[in-house]
Order: sequence, then C-alpha cells, then structure tokens
Amino acid sequence: MATNTTDSKRSVGWMGLHRGHKARPMEWLAEKFIFLVSLSAILMVFLIFIFVLREALPVFLGQTDSTAAIKAVPVEKMDTMSDAELIEYLAVTPSEFKAMDKETIKILMEVRLESEKESPTDKDAGINTASWTYLLLPYQWTGYEKPEYIWQPISQIHKYNIIPLIIGSLKTTIVALLFAVPVSLGAAIYVSQMASPKLKEWLKPTIELLAGIPSVVMGFFALIVMATVFKAVFNYESRLNAFVAGIALGLAIIPVVFSIAEDALTSVPRSYTQAALALGSSRWQAAWQIVLPAALPGVFAAVVLGFGRAIGETMIVLLASGNASIVSWSFFDSTRTMTATIAAELAEAVFGGHHYRILFMLGTILFVVTFLSNLAGDLIIHKLKHKLEGKR
Amino acid sequence: MDTQTPMLKFTPPQEGKDFKARSFDFWSFFFSGLTGLATLLILAILAVILLNITIHGAPGLSWRFLTAGADKEMFNVDTAGVLPMIVGTSIRVILMTIFVIPIGVITAIYLTEYAHNTSIWTRIIRGAVNNLAGVPSIVFGLFGLGFFIAFVGTGIDENILKSPEPLWGKPAILWASMTLAVMTLPVVIVATEESLKAIPQGLREASLALGATKLETIMKIVLPQALPGILTGGILSVSRAAGEVAPILFTGAAYSMKDYPHALTDQFMDLGYHVFILCTQSPNIEQTRPILYATVLALLILTFALNIVAILVRAQMRRKMRLLGH
Amino acid sequence: MLKKNLIIALAAMLAAFAPAAQAGNITAKGSDTLVILAQKWAEVYMAKTPGTAIQVTGGGTGTGFAALQNKTTDLCNASRKIKSKEIEACVKAFSKRPTEYKVCLDGLSIYVNAKNPVKELTVLQLEEIFTGKIKNWKEVGGNDEPIALVSRENSSGTYEFFKENVLKGKDFASSAQTMPGTAAVLQSVAKEPKAIGYGGAAYGEGAKHLSIKADASSPAVEPTEENVVKGTYPIWRYLYIYVNPNLDKGEVAAYLTWIRSDEGQKVVKDIGYFPLPKNLRSN
Repeated sequence: MATNTTDSKRSVGWMGLHRGHKARPMEWLAEKFIFLVSLSAILMVFLIFIFVLREALPVFLGQTDSTAAIKAVPVEKMDTMSDAELIEYLAVTPSEFKAMDKETIKILMEVRLESEKESPTDKDAGINTASWTYLLLPYQWTGYEKPEYIWQPISQIHKYNIIPLIIGSLKTTIVALLFAVPVSLGAAIYVSQMASPKLKEWLKPTIELLAGIPSVVMGFFALIVMATVFKAVFNYESRLNAFVAGIALGLAIIPVVFSIAEDALTSVPRSYTQAALALGSSRWQAAWQIVLPAALPGVFAAVVLGFGRAIGETMIVLLASGNASIVSWSFFDSTRTMTATIAAELAEAVFGGHHYRILFMLGTILFVVTFLSNLAGDLIIHKLKHKLEGKR
Repeated sequence: MDTQTPMLKFTPPQEGKDFKARSFDFWSFFFSGLTGLATLLILAILAVILLNITIHGAPGLSWRFLTAGADKEMFNVDTAGVLPMIVGTSIRVILMTIFVIPIGVITAIYLTEYAHNTSIWTRIIRGAVNNLAGVPSIVFGLFGLGFFIAFVGTGIDENILKSPEPLWGKPAILWASMTLAVMTLPVVIVATEESLKAIPQGLREASLALGATKLETIMKIVLPQALPGILTGGILSVSRAAGEVAPILFTGAAYSMKDYPHALTDQFMDLGYHVFILCTQSPNIEQTRPILYATVLALLILTFALNIVAILVRAQMRRKMRLLGH
Repeated sequence: MLKKNLIIALAAMLAAFAPAAQAGNITAKGSDTLVILAQKWAEVYMAKTPGTAIQVTGGGTGTGFAALQNKTTDLCNASRKIKSKEIEACVKAFSKRPTEYKVCLDGLSIYVNAKNPVKELTVLQLEEIFTGKIKNWKEVGGNDEPIALVSRENSSGTYEFFKENVLKGKDFASSAQTMPGTAAVLQSVAKEPKAIGYGGAAYGEGAKHLSIKADASSPAVEPTEENVVKGTYPIWRYLYIYVNPNLDKGEVAAYLTWIRSDEGQKVVKDIGYFPLPKNLRSN
C-alpha cells in the first residue's frame, strides 16, 4: 500500500484512522481489521476484472489458435519420433506424457488420424478464426455469396465474428432506454414534484417493487405473454425480436432509472420551487423549467446507469430476443446479444478452448463497458450533489 | 414513449412575452397529466404482470405441488413438485448470507463510523461498491467459474488434496453461494449504512462520554440499534439473490437431481433455473403451462414477500429517523 | 513444518466436507434430449433394484463429454456420436477410448404451424430452407409468405445432428432464431404461421409434423415409430450412452445391460422415442 507516508503531525492518522488508539491494542487491531475487511469491495471488483480477463487474455493478445485443419502422422511413425516431438504433436504436457503407456500413445495417434479425416479441407481451413481480423471484419466464407459478419462457433470452421452480437446488445439496449427513460422520468417528475407527500410515500416503494421481479420471471413473461400480445398488435415478422426483449428489458431498468432520477430531482432544494411558485409559475413550470434543469446531470446519470444495467441483463434477452445472430438495425428482427450468447454457449464450450476464451472476452467487454458507465454515472451524481449543496 | 415526444416540442413561454392565461393553464395541466400517466403506466404494467401470474399460477400452487419430492417426473402435471428447487434455492441463499452479512456490515461500519468522507479510501470504497452493484449478473457467473471453480477449487484439488478427480474444482452449491455473496455485497452495505446513519450522534457521544471505547460503543450501542437495518439489508440481498439465474448457470445449478444437496460440493436444483427449464425444455409447453405458472408464482411469492418485509422495515426505520430529526 | 501440518489439517477438513464416493451410486450427465428418458430409466431401475441410486443431470451432450473426461460422471448421455477431439481428451484422461452403447432411436421431426398448407418436403429442400437459399413458402408449394426459421441453440446435440445430416455441414442461415430448448422451438412454431422448426419426434404437440422424402422421387414418409425403426424415414439417429471402460463393471455394467434389454426398451416407447431393433439389444 502506497499511502504509508504517515504524517505524524496530522490528527487524522494512517488511512483515515484516528490516532491515540495505540494505547489500546485491541481497539487498534479491531480498527485495522475493520478497515481491511472494508477493502473487500475494492478487492472483488479487482478480482472480477483480473479473473475474467485472465481467461480472455489469449484472445486479446492474439495467442489463440482456432485453425480447423489438422495434419496427422501415420501411427507407424510413432517409434521414430522423439519424446519431445510426440509431446508437441499430441499436445500433452511432459508430465502427462510420462504417465502414458505405449498403448495410450498409439490410441491417441489413431484418434489424430480420425480427426484429420473429419477436418475440413477447403480454403478457410487454415485460417485462425480467433484473430482480431476475423473477430471484427466481414469475410467471405466458403458457401457464402459475399463477405459477411458471421457468428457460427459450432461449425467445422469456427466463425467468431462478434459484430452481430455487439449490434444485438446495442439494439435491445436502445429499445429499452427509449421506452424506460421517458416513462421513468415522467414518473420521477410526478412523484418528486407533483404528488402529495402521502401519495409519494406509497408510490415510491410500489414502483421500486418492480425491481423485485426476478429477471427470469420478466423473461418468462416476455416470452409467454408479451411476445404473443405484441405480435397480435404490431403484426411483425418474427415473434421474438429486439422490440419485445427491449420492452421487457425496459421494465427491468425502470426502477433503476426512476430511483436515481427521483433522487436527483428531490435533491434540488425546495427553495427553488418555492421561489418559482412565488413568482407566479405553475407547478409544472417550476418542475420543467427550474427543477429539471438543476437536476439534469442526475437525470443524465440515471440514463447512463440504466444503459449499463440494460446491456448486462441476461435472462430476459436469452428468453425473448430470438437469438438470431444477424446484422440488422431493424427493431423487429430477432437479435442475439452478448450476454445471451455467453449464457447459452459457455456450458458447452471446451474448458480453456478458443470458444471458451472468446466468450470470456465478451464478458470482459461487458465488464469494461458497465464499469465505465457506472463510473461516469457516479461521478456525475457526485458532482451534482456537490453543486446543489454548495448553492444551498 | 409517446409521453416524451410532445414534451420536446413544447417551447415554454418567453419572458416578458404576452400570452393568454388560458392556454398556459392547459399546457401545465397537460404535462402534469402526462407525468401522472407515466406513473400510472408503470403501476398498471406491474399490476398486469402480477395479476397474470397470480391468476394462472394460483390453481397449480397446491400443497402437493409445494411438497412433492425430487423423485417425481418434473414435466408431469399431476406429479411434478418444486420442493427440491425450494430447498436448493433456500440453502444457497442461506449460505450466501453467511458470507455476505459479516463482510457487508463491517464495511458499512468502516464507512460510517471510522472513515472520513473526504479520505481517498472512502471515495474508492464507495466507488467500488457502486460499481459492484452495476456489474452484469452474467459476468458474476463468469467470475464464479474463472475464480472460485477454476482457480480456488482446482487449486484446492491439485495442491492440497492432490486428488486426481475434481472434488472442489467443479460447479457446487458453495461456489454458487459465494458468487452470489459477491454480487449482493453492495445491497447489504448500502442498507446497513443507511441504518447506521439513522442512529443519533448523541447516543454515540453519550457512550463515549461514559468512558466506553469506540469499539465498545459500536458493539454495544450502535449495532443493536442498527439491527433492523442490517436485517433489511439481509432480506433485500436474499430477495435479489433468490431470483438470480445467470450467476449460477455455470457455478452450481443442476438440471435435475434425484437427491437434495448433502455436501458443500454438491450441485443443486434451483427455482429460478427451473422456470428457465420449464420455459425451454418442456416436452409439451401447453400441457406443462400450469406447472410453469405455478413455479413462477412460487418464485415471485418468495422474492416479493421478502421485498415487502424489507420495505416495511425500512419505512418504519425512516419514520423513526424523521422523528429523531434527521 | 508448521506449513506442512497446516496443509494436512486443511486437507482433512476439506475432505471431510466433500462427499465420499458412495457405493451403488451411478451418475449420468449429458444431452437434454435424453434427460427425460434417462430419468425414467433411472426411476424404473431403482424401483426394481433397491440400493442403487442413480442421478441424472442434463446440460447438453458436450457438457456430458466434458464431465466424462473429468470423471465427474459415470455415464454420458449423448444425442450425437462422440467427436475425435472428445475421444482424444478422454484418452488423455483415462488412457482408453470411451465405450459406446446405442440405447435407442430418435426420429427428428420437422415442425410447421398447423395452419401451414405444406405437407411434405424433401431433404434437399430442407437443406435449402435452413441455409437460407429458399426464403419463401411458395417455392415449396405453400402460401406466398417468407419463411421464419427456428433452430436450436448451438450447444445442443440436435443442432449438430441436423447441421451435419440435413445441412451437410453447411451453416444455418444467420436469420434463424435459436431457441434454448425444443419446447421453445415448438412454442414459436405453434404461434408463428410462417415458421419452420425441428426437434425430436417425441415432442411436438401443438405443431404439424411434416412427411419427409429422402429425394424428389422417393415417397413421403411420416415420422412414426414403424417408419423410423424400419429406417424409411430419412431423418433419424441413434441416441447413445458413453462410459469410461474402467468403470464399466458391477452396478454400472448391470444398469447398461438392463437399459438395452427388452425391459429397458419398453420404457423407451413410453417416453416417445423408438426402441432399438432386436439385433442391437443386449438379450
């Protein structure tokens, strides 16, 4: 810890703890212990980042190899190969190799030959599809008419283009925000500015009750009820699409956006409103022209935090979005998000394989995006509170 | 959506410009009405969801359904039950509270009793807590797999037990609970902090003036007073965790098990995960719809009951706080 | 010294918490397609042979193979044949190829909405529909409507089987919606008049099962038990159980023999899969 530069003249001691407790060793120890435990939140954020990144790092560094082509050696050549050659060829660790008998090695060599027969031979077989070019840029695969963004991880040639997934996540998130922000902002203005204190006491917890609905239940509701109703009303092509998933997602983030916006609006000093009302403005004018502009950063923070929440939601989009990995900006097409992809595919991916690592890479991207949006939202709120308190 | 668009078009009357009092009143009334409508819309949607689930779920939610064991076919409308899922979910949230409450409460104590608001550590801890609350649930699942199972569990197997077979390095109820504990840490911290702040400063000062040390004050005066708040935090975290599925997908939930989990390393069946299974794996979705709705209702009752209790405790606390003049 | 003692104490503690390998306990993990059947087998067998406990878990065929190689399961239920990569991993783990048992037959049905006038399709038409070459129902004799594809999540064995055998290894059209389970596929097909999906013949209430022609000149065949067992219905597969040969003895071996006996095969029919032909049974 770098802050070990204790200034003995300051009354606030090391790491913000009061001095003068050294006379009571137990007190001192307890304080240190409490402080250390309180660091666990920081530690956890740090560990999450490190351990999700750890599994994804080879992809970021371009060290994963997902080449589909396999070159096999006839089994008879086994005796002429050195141990080192065999270890490399069979992709085993030296200690694993030592534990194997001749029979096992022979079976492994036979299996390798079978793999070669199964492996594809077309022009794409030699491509390392887990490298950045193929992760981000369109490519004309065998059997396709034009270069496309393709996510087809279970295929003879693993196609890992993440663009369709990123677009899918953004699309559902945009729908969610377009729905949730106006509604929750309206409700926040109503609850904080218009409603009587008694009504407010009821409304706030009731709206926040929406947050108590588990996301799997919201997903279930979107899949079974909303999808059918919306299809009957709007009559679009695919029953499950970004629109249905987005609205359900919007319902899930309404409590988040509402509470933060309501908080920000309430934190505007009452005197602002009173002054406006005294000058003859209506309640609405006071809310819209005085309170809202003053709380605007807070409202913006609510939107940013809502964005972070929406892009990371999993079960709703897994159940209601249709999960088709297409590049399309239409809200009424099925769509596949990053979160749903991780949830659906990770259980099946070979532990430590390229598919596994790419899914962790998606996780890392999600973590970074939500981390940044949380940080931004936090800073804005902090600044706003500071400003409003300063003016009081 | 339609509540917002007209608002943007509205240009407020210019200063000093003459306008008719009548139209002015109308717009004020109109937009106030819109905000009211937005509030109503949220309440209506909430009511529709709850009513739909209750109406369709209630007939299936019989005593037999709640107590049928794990040895019954899970897709058979007449025999299926959710007892194993309720047991699994309960064990995992109880384990979770054992991990999360002490850490959350101690962190809250540090933040309110010891830390200075201006100190850099306080800022960082608060930032981390807020951030932790916003990490996507699926990322917690990845973290649970990458850290608890692949790193800690496999580490125990390889370095301490020297076991050739994975005992700890596989999905288990312990790892699922720990993953959820990390996820709900912010909930406990925030709730406890709120209750600690509600305790009048005078109580602390009186205790210190009588010669008690700071630690004694915290242990004997502050904490007992804050108990309802800690309880709220615990209940809220349980309610949040009980319904979460994404973090336990890879860390311990099982599709179907013949038996209840006996050891920390066993997998478990889970109510929320079971809803997902019934939505997607049922051999005949129309026929199994009653079980699906009943399971959803059971899950909803569990999380909602906890939520409402938490809200009531908290409302009580806030009232007390107001009375004490904060 | 202290460190060593500490480790030993810790090891003792951890071992105490972990369950001891129980005798007479069989675990089966893998394909979600097989999980209902595997559970039924387990129930009937446990009722017949007290003292044996069998635990069935789903999660997907690949998950089952991973568990087989990690030795966390005795049996791996598989809805497709093992891949050479998976054999390799198993050989590395226990020095032998896993033993393969065919346990029953499954016909893969093509589901369309009950209102869809199309009654039959050829395998080639199916390939072109699911790869996105045929985009409108009128090209195969239906109404003038775009086709909505409903596929399975790529972690399922059914997905891989369909891809290899009907699509000849080509990619599904990206526009295909992917569902996390056959029930979700059916739900979509039942609600969308333009949709087409696929899944086990055992499933399928609420949607119409198409008759399939092997090629343009052969007759259209319905996915019934008789047609699947005779092999005239063109889209069918074996379902498998794989086992680590080192464990294929005692209780496990007895259970596997029972599954493939007439008695075990009778259960298959109750669930809606199709029993093995006589020559593949164990008695």
